[in-house]
Amino acid sequence: MTTPAAYQVSHLDALEAESIFVMREVVAEMERPVMLFSGGKDSIVMLRLAQKAFAPANVPFPVMHVDTGHNFPEVLEYRDQRVAELGLQLVVASVPEALASGMVRESGDGMRNRIQTPVLLDAVEKHRFDALFGGARRDEEKARAKERVFSFRDEFGQWDPKNQRPELWSLYNGRHHPGESIRVFPLSNWTELDVWHYIAHERIPLPSIYYAHEREVIERDGMFYAVNEFFRPRAGEERFKAQVRYRTVGDASCTAAVRSDADTVEKVIEEVAATRITERGATRGDDRVSEAAMEDRKREGYF
Amino acid sequence: MSTEIMASANAEARAVTGAGPEARAMDLLRFATAGSVDDGKSTLIGRLLYDTKSLFTDQLAAVEAVSAARGDEYTNLALLTDGLRAEREQGITIDVAYRYFATPRRKFIIADTPGHIQYTRNMVTGASTADLALILVDARKGLVEQSRRHAFLCSLLRVPHLVLCVNKMDLVDWSQEVYERIADEFTAFAAKLDAPDLTVVPVSALRGDNIVTRSDNMPWYEGPSLLHHLERVHIASDRNLVDVRFPVQYVIRPQSTTVTDYRGYAGQVASGVLKPGDEVMVLPSGFTSRIAAVETADGPVAEAFPPMSVTVRLADEIDISRGDLICRPNNAPAVAQDIEAMVCWMDETAPLRVGGRYAIKHTTRSARAIVRGLHYRLDINSLHRDESADELRLNEIGRVRLRTTVPLLADEYRRNRTTGGFVIIDEATNRTVGAAMIVEAS
Ligand SMILES: Nc1nc2c(ncn2[C@@H]2O[C@H](COP(=O)(O)OP(=O)(O)OP(=O)(O)O)[C@@H](O)[C@H]2O)c(=O)[nH]1
Ligand SMILES: [Mg+2]
Repeated sequence: MTTPAAYQVSHLDALEAESIFVMREVVAEMERPVMLFSGGKDSIVMLRLAQKAFAPANVPFPVMHVDTGHNFPEVLEYRDQRVAELGLQLVVASVPEALASGMVRESGDGMRNRIQTPVLLDAVEKHRFDALFGGARRDEEKARAKERVFSFRDEFGQWDPKNQRPELWSLYNGRHHPGESIRVFPLSNWTELDVWHYIAHERIPLPSIYYAHEREVIERDGMFYAVNEFFRPRAGEERFKAQVRYRTVGDASCTAAVRSDADTVEKVIEEVAATRITERGATRGDDRVSEAAMEDRKREGYF
Repeated sequence: MSTEIMASANAEARAVTGAGPEARAMDLLRFATAGSVDDGKSTLIGRLLYDTKSLFTDQLAAVEAVSAARGDEYTNLALLTDGLRAEREQGITIDVAYRYFATPRRKFIIADTPGHIQYTRNMVTGASTADLALILVDARKGLVEQSRRHAFLCSLLRVPHLVLCVNKMDLVDWSQEVYERIADEFTAFAAKLDAPDLTVVPVSALRGDNIVTRSDNMPWYEGPSLLHHLERVHIASDRNLVDVRFPVQYVIRPQSTTVTDYRGYAGQVASGVLKPGDEVMVLPSGFTSRIAAVETADGPVAEAFPPMSVTVRLADEIDISRGDLICRPNNAPAVAQDIEAMVCWMDETAPLRVGGRYAIKHTTRSARAIVRGLHYRLDINSLHRDESADELRLNEIGRVRLRTTVPLLADEYRRNRTTGGFVIIDEATNRTVGAAMIVEAS
């Protein structure tokens, strides 16, 4: 007989198994699931897990990109290539179109984080999606740390952090009335380092901006912003060239890069293991608005 | 001065490094905190993260700034997990926070749960998946009803390992006598619960004594620090590798011109080991077949065991769908519609009543059930059974008899945490209102 020690699974295998279980539950129980796919590393890992969960069949749901219009071209290109390779249906919920039609209005500071929420909710309603996979991880932020794997949202897409459904064992309750929906977070228990280990292990290609490259930037609040059509330096902000990479990829007008020489996945893993700043802390202007910025956005229906 | 981290004269701080690039294949320990409100659960988690250098500078800076702004005398490490606005306003934990850290020996998933009785269901959520529970008791107060309730819930949920942390030892002059009195009282209570494995540690979460390093303030304590125990507690044999239980989650049948006639049963192994060639039985039909292959997207595997997610293919064409279960012909769960279970009620709007009808979810099976009887309600303090009870209200626990519309493929919860547990759902509100642990199924 084999000893129990032989039946060990590594933590990464355990996380993979859990994520696959979650995705299969959703597809088995929900009517119209969709996966949020932005071309960012977490959604790329999530999509790989979806491929694995249903192989040799195809991924049995469409993907959706909430397009703020402020994109990194490398990421958009990656998105389209991946979608074509896997033969997926892509739904684009477009903020520029919503601006043009008057559904939303540009906010004073030019950040499109808040106005993507109504655009997302509109697409959900139009397509009658009842389950939305998101790549958010609990280690990212303190409000995310509190959210269930199956996160119930009312007909306005709102999260009620004081009234979440109990979630025992791996028995996920996806029941809802028409118009309500469930946000599902298969990567809930993954950390940034787990994601990178997985990318290395699975040899998953990423958009090039995740690796060190030279770019023209300015420094603001200790963060490095790329100078591009969506981001204009303020008076007195000096442009210079630096070796940087992106730790997160979001709206190009509020996502900053970090100084880095890590041009391979191994070097990125080393860097992430040694870093002393969280990824959102290092790269997101939008979280700095207030202590509870994320909680407030989530209450309004944000991911 | 207002934002210092409280520090004791600990034995020299030990360097604990995070998970390095080589740390791919570590095992995983999931643990939850438990115990009454304000006994120091969140502070202890904050301390553990701080002393293992698992905190990021911006997280710590944010917490220091909030503490300073509130005029706290020291940095409140509980703010690291109490991240919701309402939690910070009220100074209590409301819902579970999940936090992650690693040492060179192990990777940890922490569920920091609330102690307040109103949020017991969130504690139950955090404890249901835990390998280990830390039960905190305030050394000044000793065991209170809520400590007993949480200890009882941990034993009901069969969390395999318990650690009693007698906390706030700094406030009782590091007294061995106080510690021993609480340890003895708890040990006696735990014996009645038949708690599987119990360890007791005297700590000061605030000052960090016996959290990551052994404390110099309590030389009379000869056991390991909390972290030392968490890193070494033996969990590999907690898994059930004997009873093959594979609840079918989803049938994979590609509609494709390249892959034809493929039919695989996807699921996560609940217990036991599955191998190609094994004789298996499918429930509830009772048909038997052989495992033709156990597959993953990365290719076939020689064996599948918990917690692997795999796809099983059988040698014969039999009708199998979601909610069925694959087991061995000579080792099968009950196929049962009459279920005896311990139920923890989690709904404040309506009690569980005899005659009530609910939806239930058990493994990958959904059914409806009617409550046929309530044998008793438990008094948490005395463990006395009140047989005259006719309902279970919020946070009450009792033994219930249910009749289900379709058979459950069920084991006793004490034998199998996956095939022995189910949740009760209110069909009108869709809320999860009860957690049930099967005692008997027939
Ligand atoms: N002196 C002293 N105070 C402590 C210790 N541990 C916690 N405290 C204090 O006790 C209070 C409550 O601590 P928390 O960590 O929020 O308690 P909790 O158990 O998480 O409370 P809930 O989550 O609301 O149930 C805070 O003011 C802590 O600073 C300790 O070891 N010594
Ligand atoms: Mg707390």
